[in-house]
Amino acid sequence: MKLSARLVAVAAVLATAACAPQTSGNSSSDKDEKTGTLRVWLFQEVNNKPKEQVVDSVLAAFEKAHEDTDVTVEYIPVETRAQRIKAAFNDPKSAPDLIEYGNTDTAGYVKDGGLADITEEFGAWDEAKDTDPTARQSVTVDGKVYGAPYFVGVRALYYRTDVFDELGLDVPKTQAELISTAKEIHTARPEMYGIAVGGAYTYGAMPFIWAHGGELATGKGGSYASAIDSAASRKGIEAYTSLFGDDNCPAAKCAGMGGNDTVTAFASGKAAMAIGGDFSHAAVEAGKVKGKYAVVPLPGVEAGSIAPAFAGGNNLGVLKSTSHRTLAVDLMKRLASKEAQGALFEGMGFLPTFSDVREQVAAKEAFVKPFVETLAADTKFVPASAAWARIDSSLVLPTMFQEVVSGKKSVAVASADAAKKMNEAFGSAG
Amino acid sequence: MTGPESSGALERRRVRVARGFSRPRGGSRTFNTAPHPFQRRSSTPWLYLAPALVVLGGLLAYPIYQLGLISLFHYTQAQVSGGEPTTFEGFGNYAELFRDEQFWQVLLATVVFAAACVVCTLAVGCALAVLLTRVRAVPRLALMLAALGAWATPAITGSTVWLFLFDADFGPVNRVLGLGDHSWTYGRFSAFFLVLLEVVWCSFPFVMVTVYAGIRAVPSEVLEAASLDGASQWRIWRSVLAPMLRPILVVVTIQSVIWDFKVFTQIYVMTNGGGIAGQNLVLNVYAYQQAFASSQYSLGAAIGVVMLLILLAVTLVYLRLLRRQGEEL
Repeated sequence: MKLSARLVAVAAVLATAACAPQTSGNSSSDKDEKTGTLRVWLFQEVNNKPKEQVVDSVLAAFEKAHEDTDVTVEYIPVETRAQRIKAAFNDPKSAPDLIEYGNTDTAGYVKDGGLADITEEFGAWDEAKDTDPTARQSVTVDGKVYGAPYFVGVRALYYRTDVFDELGLDVPKTQAELISTAKEIHTARPEMYGIAVGGAYTYGAMPFIWAHGGELATGKGGSYASAIDSAASRKGIEAYTSLFGDDNCPAAKCAGMGGNDTVTAFASGKAAMAIGGDFSHAAVEAGKVKGKYAVVPLPGVEAGSIAPAFAGGNNLGVLKSTSHRTLAVDLMKRLASKEAQGALFEGMGFLPTFSDVREQVAAKEAFVKPFVETLAADTKFVPASAAWARIDSSLVLPTMFQEVVSGKKSVAVASADAAKKMNEAFGSAG
Repeated sequence: MTGPESSGALERRRVRVARGFSRPRGGSRTFNTAPHPFQRRSSTPWLYLAPALVVLGGLLAYPIYQLGLISLFHYTQAQVSGGEPTTFEGFGNYAELFRDEQFWQVLLATVVFAAACVVCTLAVGCALAVLLTRVRAVPRLALMLAALGAWATPAITGSTVWLFLFDADFGPVNRVLGLGDHSWTYGRFSAFFLVLLEVVWCSFPFVMVTVYAGIRAVPSEVLEAASLDGASQWRIWRSVLAPMLRPILVVVTIQSVIWDFKVFTQIYVMTNGGGIAGQNLVLNVYAYQQAFASSQYSLGAAIGVVMLLILLAVTLVYLRLLRRQGEEL
């Protein structure tokens, strides 16, 4: 007892000595140096050489235009980007001036106090007027702009032309047709999934919800409320989850699959259809089904309509702590310029964020046509709230889909539970 | 360690009965019988202890203190990088945690799963340790090497390999058992069972090697006497080996409890981050998902503190029970 009393005393002394956990001073820098070294972090892609070439040519022009400046670029691995960027926010002294980041992270990084508000510079940039609205939305939080869109990624329907020909099937024009076609294929070819779907494939499932008029959340700025349990959203959830089952994609296998798993299943010939991105093109080309597939926009509810797709992609942003703000913004504009995005498409196949550039490249490359059409029809974005990161990492939506497909909960109960969790996250993120 | 114990056990027990349970906390038996040499200059022992205390303080006490401190604040990435001010929440994080229904479900699953893992690990480890003493040199070497191989395999590699063995489409287990494309990770219990197999596989070698070393130190006359009396293998284990190996068994049990309660990699890899709809979540994976992956450091710290307290409680209760039974540790 004596010992524990002493311990309590020691603890009390310690508790009063230290007031709060550490916080780094990440206020915006008051310096704006016009010379010196700029540090840039870009993502390391699977086949990074073409990206490096595009970036290098931009840097050469930039260094020529600004005397006594020097740029060092580091390509950071995508898997560890979250830790690297958090570390950069924690330690402004060793942080870069300009970073590439995933567009679903925008609101979170803004709340963390990491990104600089560049609304003015973005507004004055003449190329920015051609930025498509969803891409613009993906850099905007509470009406302020925190970066420049770098490229977009969007998903569409991949299907096996040979299987469709042999079975005499037409490409589905509505979601109802899509579901019945998938089941027909599985009946005729039991070793194949009609369409490969995944319980953990949130961005493949969202177009079904959006096509039925549902939403992830409604509201603006600070006050979002989940709409995943609305009547329209439930219809979409029902449509998507009806694809899990022994008549298409058995729940025992498909409930746990994510986006990559469905694309792998398609590429290896185990599925007659799949929802894949423009960025999945290379993986499918490298698979068994090369030359035996085509891509169309994912159909909506009405015949001839296109289901709204999720507009993924990356942005470039200037860090709040930079001491070279003017230079960093200029470099950002050059890296995300129409010319550079066009070159990035040539090299990497990443879709430009400018509507006009996108149309130009679609005319040249046939495979991007369905993706560009999808982008032109309607795209949606995740709520611009810092809560999204929490909703995403605590797997709220995959859990909801998996509860339904495994028969643990009905659509109504599962979506109500998910809505509750989302609202909690929105509430605590403020 | 068992030699002196067996000879002096009787005498010691008598001493303790006389003293009851008022044994001083210092634990040294000379303490009471001889005048203490350090009593006049009480700072000397602290001087000798200082290096160890400094290291322990720096590596153990300070992080735990920080963990406890962070758990009392609202502390997310925004606070770390200075985007928002840090606010004191008191026990708000704990309240949020205890209100969460899923936390209680996960806690229950963790306790049951860890208990099953501990029991299986100890059973397999002890059985194989006894087996090791009964077989010839070549099979013993083979068993040792196999166990060491399992021990040396990183958890993530082991998990991936087990997952592949039980893969629905390409796994050899399904092919051998003729199960077609049965998915082992779909059902809650079958997924937990799969993970249990992996956990037992990678943690039994520690138990086996430690217990084997203990059995080797048991005087062979004792075992000989037991077999001369006609005791079966099970009887020898129960009445001779287990009591003599008690201190070792205590250590491996506590180790296993702590390891299996904190299991992360196996669940994370084999059930793809907690299984279908989170049915295979254990506390550590839950903490990671709810807290660290989304930078809710204060909530994560609260979960950490709760885990620490549970483990401390389990260990203390266990030690207490053993002490009641009159065992020296």
